[in-house]
Amino acid sequence: MDLDEAKEFKERCTQCAAVSWGLTDEGKYYCTSCHNVTERSKEVVNTGAIPNTKIQAINRGLKRKRKLEKGWDWYVCEGFQHILYQQAEALKTLGVGPELKNEVLHNFWKRYLQKSKQAYCKNPVYTSKRKAPVLEDNPSHSDWDSEPELLSDFSCPSFVESGAESQPDVHTQKPFPIIKASQSETASICSGSVDGVEYSLRKEKGIVKMTVPRTLAFCCLALLWQRETITLSDLLRFVEEDHIPYINAFQHFPEEMKLYGRDKGIFAIESWPNYEDIYKKMIEIATFLDLPRFPDITEDCYLHPNMLCLKYLMEVNLPDEMHNLTCQVVKMTGIGEVDFLTFDPIAKMAKTAKYDVQAVAVIVVVLKLLFLLDDNLEWSLSNIAEKYNEKNKEDKPWFDFRKWYQVMKKSLDEKKQKWEETRAKYLWKSEKPLYHSSIDKSVVCKRREMVVNLQKQFSTLVDSTPTIGKKSPSSFQFNWTEEDPDRTCFHGHSLQGVLTKKGQSLTTKNSLYWLSTQKFCRSYCKHVTTYEESNFSLSYQFIINLFSFLLRIKTSFLHEEVSLIEKRLFKTKYSKTKKKSSRSRKCDPWISNDVTRTLVRNTKSQALLPTCHFRTRCGAQKAVIQ
Amino acid sequence: MTLSRFLSRRQFCLLPPPPHRPQALFILGMSDFSEELIKSTTEDDQGERCELSGTGMHFPWLQKHIETVATGGKKEKDFAQTTSACLSFIQEALLKHQWQQAAEYMHSYLQVLEDSDSCKRQAAPEIIWKLGSEILYYHPKSNVEAFNTFADRMKNIGVMNYLKISLQHALYLLHHGMLEDANRNLSQAETWRYGEKSSSQEVLINLIQAYKGLLQYYAWSKKKMELSQLDKDDYAYNTASQNMLDHSWKTSVNLGALIQIPGVWDPFVKGYVEMLEFYGDQDGAREVLTNYAYDEKFPSNPNAHIYLYNFLKREKAPREKLISVLKILYQIVPSHKLMLEFHRLLRKSEKEEHHKLGLEVLFGVLDFAGCTKNITAWKYLAKYLRQTLMGSHLAWVQEEWSSRKNWWPGFHFSYFWAKSDWKEDKALACEKALVAGVLSGKGCRYFRYISKQDHQVFRKKIKRMKKLVKKYSIVNPGL
Repeated sequence: MDLDEAKEFKERCTQCAAVSWGLTDEGKYYCTSCHNVTERSKEVVNTGAIPNTKIQAINRGLKRKRKLEKGWDWYVCEGFQHILYQQAEALKTLGVGPELKNEVLHNFWKRYLQKSKQAYCKNPVYTSKRKAPVLEDNPSHSDWDSEPELLSDFSCPSFVESGAESQPDVHTQKPFPIIKASQSETASICSGSVDGVEYSLRKEKGIVKMTVPRTLAFCCLALLWQRETITLSDLLRFVEEDHIPYINAFQHFPEEMKLYGRDKGIFAIESWPNYEDIYKKMIEIATFLDLPRFPDITEDCYLHPNMLCLKYLMEVNLPDEMHNLTCQVVKMTGIGEVDFLTFDPIAKMAKTAKYDVQAVAVIVVVLKLLFLLDDNLEWSLSNIAEKYNEKNKEDKPWFDFRKWYQVMKKSLDEKKQKWEETRAKYLWKSEKPLYHSSIDKSVVCKRREMVVNLQKQFSTLVDSTPTIGKKSPSSFQFNWTEEDPDRTCFHGHSLQGVLTKKGQSLTTKNSLYWLSTQKFCRSYCKHVTTYEESNFSLSYQFIINLFSFLLRIKTSFLHEEVSLIEKRLFKTKYSKTKKKSSRSRKCDPWISNDVTRTLVRNTKSQALLPTCHFRTRCGAQKAVIQ
Repeated sequence: MTLSRFLSRRQFCLLPPPPHRPQALFILGMSDFSEELIKSTTEDDQGERCELSGTGMHFPWLQKHIETVATGGKKEKDFAQTTSACLSFIQEALLKHQWQQAAEYMHSYLQVLEDSDSCKRQAAPEIIWKLGSEILYYHPKSNVEAFNTFADRMKNIGVMNYLKISLQHALYLLHHGMLEDANRNLSQAETWRYGEKSSSQEVLINLIQAYKGLLQYYAWSKKKMELSQLDKDDYAYNTASQNMLDHSWKTSVNLGALIQIPGVWDPFVKGYVEMLEFYGDQDGAREVLTNYAYDEKFPSNPNAHIYLYNFLKREKAPREKLISVLKILYQIVPSHKLMLEFHRLLRKSEKEEHHKLGLEVLFGVLDFAGCTKNITAWKYLAKYLRQTLMGSHLAWVQEEWSSRKNWWPGFHFSYFWAKSDWKEDKALACEKALVAGVLSGKGCRYFRYISKQDHQVFRKKIKRMKKLVKKYSIVNPGL
């Protein structure tokens, strides 16, 4: 194992001076009287002769301590495996089916190890430099897998056997003869894991290296595969609320898995996961793993926009009747199609829908269709609704945008304030301090101790009422009831005030529409549009703020998604402007869509994007829906 | 009060202060403290403090701006966001005196000590000390022990703050009347050494020694009080005086070193001079005070001149000398109480330029809103105006008046003031009316209001006033 220490090997046992050696399955001598394992290996190994379980226990438990902390020998990927294991367990307690952990995530992970040549292949990276694996015909100790190319399973908590980490006996054998790089002896570059130093230096082309944020991408892929009722934004929110281990996940590693040195760079996390980032990583991993097409997202799936729209309409306290309209928009834009929604990493352009963002964007579009959100019409419609509601107290009340705004604004501000406070109070540092080298170990530990002491002192000054512990996890962040005037529920309110009957169909009273983005960015910068808040109406800003807070995403990100939905909804308008803008700056205000005839009018964004002007023409221009 | 005021002033500038700042900061705390310590002699140096606090101009937002520029495109980690958000929550809580909330946020802010950014990590102890000591000073559940524990802990995080924290810890103890503990603390800090002292640390060591000296001075002046109550023939008298001698020797060593360094050391100087005077070393005392007032390396400090003036007055120095000292004070603080005394000195002088200056000084004093009801000043002005005009120096009066005639009538001689002055202080009203009449004529509202009053006691006075105005008013000199 340690070549340096092998030099110290004497004929007599270093611990008990006895001369009575046995052989471990890794080809090492161990003292049969005191179970001290030497670092010298025998040249020819015959593993069959030695009972495995006993040796593993020896392997793990009775290692002699070295200068630095000496725990088990473990690999970086085992660390990640442990984190994934914890996350999968956490998801299970959140109510996700057990198959996610036992089948999907486990398979993804195995595939990852194989693709990144860390295991389940003929020449794992770790052993290739040393000696060829001789364990080919070794019976697998994995009780679960039977893939033919499987060489060995990893020892750390197997996905199947929960609680394995507490029972060393269940651990299966070490995968490879572990040979620590000699440089790890030097104080400056070291790591608690066997391959921490090598791992952080590894830069192979075409290999997606595992990072802590990528564990979430794995979870999300598994959730998507299982079509579970947790979206990416939900997942990240659960991480934030500490329901899913992420920051300091290494804290829960078994006692004997020591982390220091380079492991710090690999496992310590000082930022919250970010939607866009994890989303990108998801696609990246799925492509890397060469995953087949995911199970279809059909209308009865939670991730289908119709379902998600319903959920978010409830969440933000909008009338249920709006669901009809969102379904229309979904249909017209074609974002409800199975092919559009289903993730297919092998496709030419691997791309998956941002289900939650998209659903929310649809709601924003519907709000724009109904209320225009130009800081004017929505208020005059509210006046009408208010008057009607005063007169007709018995009837189903008309939806009053102003009232809704007041309620939402208040709740949102409170929520945001609380969120900011909890963020400011978040404790990032783990109880186990991480240090770079033996030199700063004592400093780091002392500092940690100091902080703990000081924290103790200040916590005595805090009110004895314990800070409200973990919120129990919920898909919903808001909660509306009829009784509390601050939490008035608008779900049952009707949209009659904003719709009119025209023949057989209902159309919106509002006949105008303005586009969030008039011209999409075609340059090589990655974004398709920008969001300069001050160019938009206040109600639009509020709506965008509200939803982006719910999903914990950037406002510009949501704005972009709204623009993309509009692009699909008003295809003809966009194609027309493209043709016409070259000829003349002024375009025909009549934009006819296949289904929708919409007058597109510029509001404030006009100033920003002067390429095309749509004048209003009075008359019966209606955004006809249905 | 002291420590808190001293700390709260600084909670707006949580960044490591520039090298010159510590002195000024300590002075802020210290001057208040010395008032408590030596209550008897501090009357004359109040009111000038504000000047000092004005020097600590600070733009926290600017620093923030610079910081963001420095990091450039590098994305700030959320850890850093947490700590900076936490910091602003603490500051807000402190401003609103929500000690409980502040402590709550402090609990999480402490993790900044483990920041992976070494720059922030090193700046953290000082910020934590400032915020933490503020919280512990005010928090209802806090006590001296808690503060001591906190201070001892903070002293040993990093080496750069040891002395500063020790000093402030000592100040805290003084507030709680724990003089002995404070002294022990200072002694401990005094002997602390860490490698090569940086220049700022040297000043701190001097300050610590000086504070020790100040404590000794306090003990000394207590002994002096005891001694003054003892009979000279008493057996105890000798031992007590011997005791005092010992003290003074130690103290002078401690104090003497500090006041060589340019800075504002009022209480130290005062104590030192008092001791020197007590033991008859007048020359030494004069030298210290002259140096303190006139050395150009020292910041401009009105108190330095006041101390020197008071000393010279005690010494019965010639008038010329006193005038030259007060002239400088007049330039720094034209509204100071001593200006009336200055006026008297000038009036008595033989030189004509001094007489002119005397008039200027009086006008200068009354330019300040705080002096509008100072009857002595008005009396002096009324008298001196008459004297000047009698001496046919109309030009002097006109010169002074020309810059004031736009605003003095509204400022001093309004109808409103006439009414309220007459109601509150008739003598003052009479003096003012005379001045008003002389300066802006009989038509002046103030004069007219007062002269119309009918009052038994003041009838005579008002009559005389009317006569004087008629005679001397500068508005219609011909009549």
